[in-house]
Amino acid sequence: MTMELDKADETGTAVARTPPKRKLNKEWATAFGFIALAVALLVLAPAVLSDFRLSLLGRFVCYAIVAVGIGLAWGRGGMLTLGQGVFFGLGAYAMAMHLKLADAGADGVPDFMKLYGSGQVPGWWEPFRSPVFTVIAIVAVPALVAFGLGAAVFRRRVRGAYFAILSQALAAAFAILLIGQQASIGGTNGLNGFRSFFGFNLYDPVNKRMLFYIAASVLLVMVLVVWQLYRSRYGELLVAVRDQEERVRFLGYDPANVKIVAYVVAAAMAGIAGALFVPIVGIISPASVGVVPSIAFLIGVAIGGRSTLFGPVVGAIAVAWAQTSLSEAFPSFWTYFQGAMFVLVVAFLPKGFASVGAFRKRKEAKA
Amino acid sequence: MNGDYLELTDVGVSFDGFVAVDGVSMTVLQGDLRFLIGPNGAGKTTLVDAITGLVPATGSATFGATELLGKKVHKIARLGIGRTFQTASVFEELSVLQNLDIAAGAGRGPLTMLRRRTSVPEEVEQVLEVIGLEDLRDRQAGVLAHGQKQWLEIGMLIVQNARVLLLDEPVAGMSAHEREETGLLLRRIGAERTVVVVEHDMDFMRSFATSVTVLHAGKVLSEGTVAQVQADPRVQEVYLGRAAEGVA
Ligand SMILES: Nc1ncnc2c1ncn2[C@@H]1O[C@H](COP(=O)(O)OP(=O)(O)O)[C@@H](O)[C@H]1O
Ligand SMILES: [Mg+2]
Repeated sequence: MTMELDKADETGTAVARTPPKRKLNKEWATAFGFIALAVALLVLAPAVLSDFRLSLLGRFVCYAIVAVGIGLAWGRGGMLTLGQGVFFGLGAYAMAMHLKLADAGADGVPDFMKLYGSGQVPGWWEPFRSPVFTVIAIVAVPALVAFGLGAAVFRRRVRGAYFAILSQALAAAFAILLIGQQASIGGTNGLNGFRSFFGFNLYDPVNKRMLFYIAASVLLVMVLVVWQLYRSRYGELLVAVRDQEERVRFLGYDPANVKIVAYVVAAAMAGIAGALFVPIVGIISPASVGVVPSIAFLIGVAIGGRSTLFGPVVGAIAVAWAQTSLSEAFPSFWTYFQGAMFVLVVAFLPKGFASVGAFRKRKEAKA
Repeated sequence: MNGDYLELTDVGVSFDGFVAVDGVSMTVLQGDLRFLIGPNGAGKTTLVDAITGLVPATGSATFGATELLGKKVHKIARLGIGRTFQTASVFEELSVLQNLDIAAGAGRGPLTMLRRRTSVPEEVEQVLEVIGLEDLRDRQAGVLAHGQKQWLEIGMLIVQNARVLLLDEPVAGMSAHEREETGLLLRRIGAERTVVVVEHDMDFMRSFATSVTVLHAGKVLSEGTVAQVQADPRVQEVYLGRAAEGVA
């Protein structure tokens, strides 16, 4: 692209004045990429993968939904969100509570509560009997928490490493809080053993495949949402805030508001991903929402290319896939591999593998 | 358009007891091209910081009838006070057009923000011509020449609808030709705005200033036309003399 622009200047102003051609090319490339992703997920994967593998991919798709949000908040917004596990967990637990209540039947008590608790459903669980309330909560609770947090943090101009550490501390605190609540929320074991999903039997392979289609479709919708945000004026402003927050202030904007929007959208996406994760994987526990998974979410995004549209999706799925296959073969080796990969990418490809092509082009243009 | 002017009354800024700006009063009228000069460390940048809300200050700074001191940075910007920085600070990854479009958009509603930019706003189109970057509109701002970046910043102030332009060393690092262009640009846009230029370059000042304020150790040392200020012995002593020796 840079090459074309340079050529345009040599031939005078005419071409430089008509950039739409360049933009159209880019739009087409993105549209093509989107279609390829849709075909791969909705047609190819179900055709070639066993039920077991497809369900596994469904889990990775949930991670990818989180990754799309991180791409927005971190890649475009510069907020190093090391605590997305919190929002993932809020969505997941909301869904899991509803499934437990639904399995227990009208006015029933979830099995683990009879075991560890008083045998009574706590008052704050009750609203989750309603499917409508649950679906709203899955989006609204993470969004509201992110809004409150963002308003407090970004207005005080906490950013960079401080924000990263703060968000990670939050993930740690959230996991500890959950572990302590054995009676009301399953403690370390978390919530598991779901039998049905909004009336559909979860042991039925057809329904499990359906869950994959739902997750894949949600991922595609999220990619579209983020695509529109990137193309919009808001997307341009977000990049401006990322690169020169103070400068934006002097143009009459409050950068905190700009960042809060991206942070809230990313949190809502993580919440939705968590909610889909629950029926697909069959369990949610503090181990899936704490510091370690929060960092794992980030690694896929870093490796795939945080500021690109598809990088986070591809990176998240690829890293999760590699983790599953490699850790089956060499269980203790994976952590080191993941760490090494992360360091290499951050050191040599700060914009992820997606930047390899762009980097080459830039070099050519400069030469 | 209207006769609003910038008025500073006894403005003071101190950092942990160190007084960087010490009771500065001045009035800058619309159409005036005011140069603010003074040796390094005189407090010029700090004074601009105070007016734009970056550092807390005492005293009063008004534009029109509105007090600026004590307001938040983005609120002051919305009142029509715009500034540039000593180091050019444009959004390097965005195009010239995107830079200007963002500068023009602080008043946009959420729905406009969430849509794409489908056409170039009228005021952006005009400014592209004024700052001479029409043909570079789709160029990434980061690859512009130094002078072009400064012009882009000035353009951003114009589309931002700034009534007061506070420019911190806009021609530093520019070639003689670029300085000339910048001076003419300032003259063109200055007629209906209030412009304050912080500058070191004496030749540039002589060519374009309509009035000058000399700052020294946080205080106003002298004020008047270029000729008056140059004739002031105190100014010669603390500033022009040293400038001739190349200290400033
Ligand atoms: N944030 C700050 N903290 C402490 N001292 C400062 C700060 N900013 C500026 N100063 C001091 O205030 C004085 C005026 O600085 P400045 O306004 O940058 O001068 P000028 O722009 O005229 O060269 C200098 O002595 C400088 O060291
Ligand atoms: Mg200065």
